[in-house]
Amino acid sequence: MPTSGEYLGMRLEISDLDAENRAYFEYCAAHDFRLQACTACSLLRYPPTTACPWCANPGAQWTSVQGRGAVYSYGEVHQAIQPAFKTGLPYHVLLVELDTQQGKPSEHEALRVVGNLVEPDGTLASPERVRAVGIGTRVRMVFIDVAKGLALPQWTVDEEAEQPAKPWRYVQD
Amino acid sequence: MSADTDIALPKSLRDQFAIVGVGETAYVRGSGKTTRAMATTAIRNAIADAGLTPADVDGMLSYSQGDSTFSNIVAGDLGIRLNFYTDIFGGGSSVEALVGMATGVIAAGMCKTVVIFRSMNGYSQMRMGASGVMAAQPIAGDLLHSRPYGWLSAAQTFSFAFMRHMREFGTRPEQVAAVKVAHSQHASNNPKAYYKHRVTVDDVLASRFVCKPLHLLDCCVETDNATAIVVTSADRARDCRRPRVLIRGVVGRCCKPRSDNYYQHGPITTVAGRYGREILWPNAGVSPEEVDVTGSYDAFTFTTLLQLEDYGFCKKGEGGHYVSDGTIRLGGRRPNNTSGGHLCEGYTHGISMVVENVRQLRHDADDSCPVGADGRRQHTYDYREGGCRQVKNAQISANLGWATPGVGSAMVMRRD
Repeated sequence: MPTSGEYLGMRLEISDLDAENRAYFEYCAAHDFRLQACTACSLLRYPPTTACPWCANPGAQWTSVQGRGAVYSYGEVHQAIQPAFKTGLPYHVLLVELDTQQGKPSEHEALRVVGNLVEPDGTLASPERVRAVGIGTRVRMVFIDVAKGLALPQWTVDEEAEQPAKPWRYVQD
Repeated sequence: MSADTDIALPKSLRDQFAIVGVGETAYVRGSGKTTRAMATTAIRNAIADAGLTPADVDGMLSYSQGDSTFSNIVAGDLGIRLNFYTDIFGGGSSVEALVGMATGVIAAGMCKTVVIFRSMNGYSQMRMGASGVMAAQPIAGDLLHSRPYGWLSAAQTFSFAFMRHMREFGTRPEQVAAVKVAHSQHASNNPKAYYKHRVTVDDVLASRFVCKPLHLLDCCVETDNATAIVVTSADRARDCRRPRVLIRGVVGRCCKPRSDNYYQHGPITTVAGRYGREILWPNAGVSPEEVDVTGSYDAFTFTTLLQLEDYGFCKKGEGGHYVSDGTIRLGGRRPNNTSGGHLCEGYTHGISMVVENVRQLRHDADDSCPVGADGRRQHTYDYREGGCRQVKNAQISANLGWATPGVGSAMVMRRD
């Protein structure tokens, strides 16, 4: 059976043929963030792919990864395209660099995971919180349950982490 | 022509092919026509511009995002019997790649003369800003890692690279806005342009945000239009109506590592041009300093900047300075997108910037300057509003096409 569900008015579907995404989102549904670790070179990769982007080996082991990191870049959306986002503007799309595997396999690479900035309960972050988050902000992963076998990883401010005095924000702010 | 910088690549095809015809429809919102009807008009104009007849054309290439007609359909409307055609999927960065393919199939003896076209109702049918049809589709497969996050449109997906460029190099919004200012000045001298009014840096910065760091005026215009060019061998080009514009070198959809997820491979401020330049300049046998006019893709102000930087027109990180110091304006050392580009003239996924540079190299930009007794425009080189937009003595052009930060194409052309 294909997996499907509704999230913020958007229909999400995972085909039975899509083994990598099926596994990824099933682990997310168990609130267990797992990435593929290559059975040849051991490197983790994101998002899920059929083979290792560095050594092309198809073998992989789903490995639990800590969902913590820092904002590496972001887009602050003021004009929503999808209807569900139009009520919560502006919203943040974050590119979060995980603490795990930084600087591998080259100094410019890392596991960079996309997600929105959300409140701890998973709702899209308030405008006040959006204004306080920028490059360098420490975040932790939370999961939004969408359907059986399907949850979405999202990011919220890590209250336990030491935060930068002033995260980098776009200069017009 | 300058000293040859060629290292290892064959030069046998350099100057062996030419663009001999260019044509388009009007740039409008609400064409009231099918993509088939618009394509037919644009191609007919391009063939006539070349001084050819449909019977002289036997090859056709097009690109679309599933939003357009096909070569063999349009060929029927033009009375063309094709010996070769292919329609590829793609947007920006397609046209230069297709020019390369056209030269290859002509060299292979598969056909003699190729029309390349893009026809799109980019405003009234499939909108490239991703609203409408695109936003309504179910989200499946690899898109599950982007679209559920409201990370869908080009403005949204490229923002990571743009924001990081500001963070790493101190690039300022007013520098980026200077691209729009320059292109708007060019458009004011282009009777075809959809937006002809000149804007200031303050206008750009005061316009509402679409997705930081992009304001509304940092984003291109969505329009309905079709555009076509005619490619043939340099020998056949001698018999055509216009001065020959010769193809020096082409880069086709050159990729960064992991171009499917460009933000995984750093520096994410580096775009495909960093790799494309290693093919472009040696194959063309020229250096960036020798280029008189550029066509750096302006889906956004920022895309123009990043490509000019990574193709080597300035040092990495100095793009903000380069685009705001007067260089890229008409009258500057190396104007960019003299038609007004996608920010102002209209949106074509890159092919209109090739059309413009062909006209520049013919010294026949279609501005408001008077036409002389010989049928040619008497260019004044007065670049004030409503005036001339011909670059004085343009000899060499460079088009820099953009699909994403991870994928780009390029082409150098020269006047015969």
